Amino acid sequence: MNLTLKVWRQSTDSDGRFETYTAENVSAEASFLEMLDVVNDKLEGQGEEPIVFDHDCREGICGSCGFLVDGVAHGPETGTTICQTHMRKFNDGDSLTIEPWRASAFPVIKDLMVDRTAFDRIIESGGYVSVRTGAAPDAHTMPVNKHDADDAFNAATCIGCGACVAACPNAAAMLFTSAKVSHLGMLPQGQVERYERVSNMVDTMEEAGFGACSNHGECEAVCPKGVSLNYIARMNRDLAVAKLKGV
Amino acid sequence: MILDGKAPTGDIEEAWDKHRFSIKVVNPSNKRKFKVIVVGTGLAGASAAASMAEMGYQVQTFCYQDSPRRAHSIAAQGGINAAKNYQNDGDSIFRLFYDTVKGGDFRSRERNVYRLAQVSNSIIDQAVAQGVPFAREYSGLLGNRSFGGAQVSRTFYAAGQTGQQLLLGAYQALARQIGLKNVVHHNRTEMQDLILVDGQARGIVTRNLITGQIESHMADAVVLATGGYGNVYYLSTNAMGCNVTAGFQAYKRGAYFANPCYVQIHPTCIPVHGEFQSKLTLMSESLRNDGRVWVPRNKEDVEKPARDIAEADRYYYLEERYPAFGNLVPRDVAARNSKYVCDEGLGVGHKVNGERRAVYLDFAEAIKRDGEDAIREKYGNLFHMYSKITGENPYKVPMRIYPAVHYTMGGLWVDYNLMSNVPGLHVIGEANFSDHGANRLGASALMQGLADGYFVLPYTIGNFLWSERPKPLTNDCAEAQQAVADVKGRINTLMDIKGGKPVDYFHRQLGKVMYDKVGISRSGAGLKEALEQIPAIREEFWKNVSVPGKANSLNPALEKAGRVADFLEFAEVLAHDAHDRDESAGGHFREEHQTEEGEAKRNDEDFSYVAAWGYQGVGVKPELHKEPLSFDYVKLSQRSYK
Repeated sequence: MNLTLKVWRQSTDSDGRFETYTAENVSAEASFLEMLDVVNDKLEGQGEEPIVFDHDCREGICGSCGFLVDGVAHGPETGTTICQTHMRKFNDGDSLTIEPWRASAFPVIKDLMVDRTAFDRIIESGGYVSVRTGAAPDAHTMPVNKHDADDAFNAATCIGCGACVAACPNAAAMLFTSAKVSHLGMLPQGQVERYERVSNMVDTMEEAGFGACSNHGECEAVCPKGVSLNYIARMNRDLAVAKLKGV
Repeated sequence: MILDGKAPTGDIEEAWDKHRFSIKVVNPSNKRKFKVIVVGTGLAGASAAASMAEMGYQVQTFCYQDSPRRAHSIAAQGGINAAKNYQNDGDSIFRLFYDTVKGGDFRSRERNVYRLAQVSNSIIDQAVAQGVPFAREYSGLLGNRSFGGAQVSRTFYAAGQTGQQLLLGAYQALARQIGLKNVVHHNRTEMQDLILVDGQARGIVTRNLITGQIESHMADAVVLATGGYGNVYYLSTNAMGCNVTAGFQAYKRGAYFANPCYVQIHPTCIPVHGEFQSKLTLMSESLRNDGRVWVPRNKEDVEKPARDIAEADRYYYLEERYPAFGNLVPRDVAARNSKYVCDEGLGVGHKVNGERRAVYLDFAEAIKRDGEDAIREKYGNLFHMYSKITGENPYKVPMRIYPAVHYTMGGLWVDYNLMSNVPGLHVIGEANFSDHGANRLGASALMQGLADGYFVLPYTIGNFLWSERPKPLTNDCAEAQQAVADVKGRINTLMDIKGGKPVDYFHRQLGKVMYDKVGISRSGAGLKEALEQIPAIREEFWKNVSVPGKANSLNPALEKAGRVADFLEFAEVLAHDAHDRDESAGGHFREEHQTEEGEAKRNDEDFSYVAAWGYQGVGVKPELHKEPLSFDYVKLSQRSYK
């Protein structure tokens, strides 16, 4: 199939603009990123700079990749990262608009690549259990109700890609932050620091310039791992308790 | 030269304990005086960096990704082994040790493996305390499964995302130390060279992938946790960025590269669909429990839809050749046979570069026997993944699979303290060669990465630091300046070629030679051909590669070019090792050395050693150093799957 791509090109020291490229003889079996590889191979062969995008595992688990395709984070296939989206999802002659995550807390580095280190700062401010290596008791000293363990796991499947921020009209990082707060807050190991954690992580999230949640639910709709909106409600409850406790 | 692994002698059960007592310990107030560099933030790197920072060392970490959480450990699906014996099925440290040595086809260091089994239990405790949400039973206790043919259930898991959950645990521990300012972390920064001062590893040269800036970083010791070299085959299950550069540059500075020919090829991956395939995806080999592997008996049938091929015209080659084990033969045997039938022209699926490289994995009989629901219950997520990638419904048509490079057992040579032959240079995780021998067992990679990082290196590195007490150095010392100049020179050379072919063109060519001649099945003659073809591709690369853009800015083509340049040299070392090892062992199969049943046939008399290669120059055969292996606790034996 043949496609027309309108791709956002931007370097750190310039304003961005859309450039139009054609992707020719694209196999329906190729992944979306492989389609871009072909476009890039051609550009490189002509001595032109390839389109820059983050990617690594190409199995939908590392969370590196992600951009908007026709305004939708990770493109049209639900529950799927863009690296796992295949070209059979598109039709010959399609024209696609490809642009980076748009959020002031995620500044564009180049083309489709953005700076997501704000997510790391949120984790650094409390997204952990403070247990030194070697200080752990036997794994079976603390049984965990299976339901809680499974729910904590579902929250922990977040890959930190940033699609939730990109899809949110407020560019909020509530789904990301609440997933980590909930993962640890639902386990007995995470209880000791539960309220300091939520308080510190939410503070850092706000300092980083992410907006607030106004219940649009766009984040859950684009999340490639199906992380549930319920975690946001859960985090807000914990945050309220933390405030009451004066943490 | 004969190498000494410096493994402690005496009773194996007490060796690690006694060793920890006999090596030097840095007292708590002195730890903060030492600086340690850790390159790579996967399971091994993140766990080591976090643990050493907790102990008080000044730690700097580096990764090429935009966050430490993205390292490829995250993609490990299956699980992590530990000798907890929670299932009460007779597991023990000795059994885990025994299985790992035997699984490695008797090409690993016994005492390292015993230590690995010993610390395995602490890893599970540590991960649970961090909040790693392992699968649990209704009792609230941890679940286990049997994995990779083990006779006991010792594998801990978190659905099919065990690597992700363990990495996030280690990443969180690291993030805590970064937040506390005990670790200075550098994202999007790739190691380009190792800096030696007075023969000791004292620093690294890095390239900032955003600004292109080349910098030196000095420390008292350097730790490489930079993963495996599977991408030398171009197509593998590794992430796109995985590369050998850090280890290979250390090799060029004098570190020995051990057993590079030991590469694990996984039999059940989704086959190549076209020339522009960028990577391969693994599916759990548990699929072989119910799927039947076959190809058409006649070449005329390879293009026919599978369901139109009569039962009598289907060649169930594993069942016919290995009646006792059938479709459940070990990974390497299954992989080899898939290659052979495709070599014979019986492969199915997409034609890529003029050939079909796929075999059927058929669930029709299992669905008929157990019902579609039962199969969905067992393999639903895998079937879903398969249909997402291929667009086919494996409940209706057979899956197509083909082997792919998955894990590399070889790596930089290290002694029992995980230090290479270059003093101060420590190597952990997949980047070292130590514990898996010639073949890695399922659920052992996560165990080894975390064992090295949490429970071995943080102790052993103190021995080097306190014995040597390296003198302080500045980032602009003469050796650092020279190494920075070398790196800049190399980058400028690449930029100035201005040829007409993209980097991937050469990487694909290299991959093809590696799969054909240095892959699943190898022969002396084929390896000789590879040793002629690899330098030719390398020569063409340095004449005709196109690296557009600028050296001093974000430039993915330049990043790839640097990595492929190193793969083009490293491939030759790998091929030399495979040629020199004139026996079959584990993942290294030499066609000249097989049993009557077509099994890998070791030659313990002549090859019971670690082959550690020393750099002699580009295109020059490296120098072989041997570390003899002895087996005092596990009796040498031959596998049989008939």
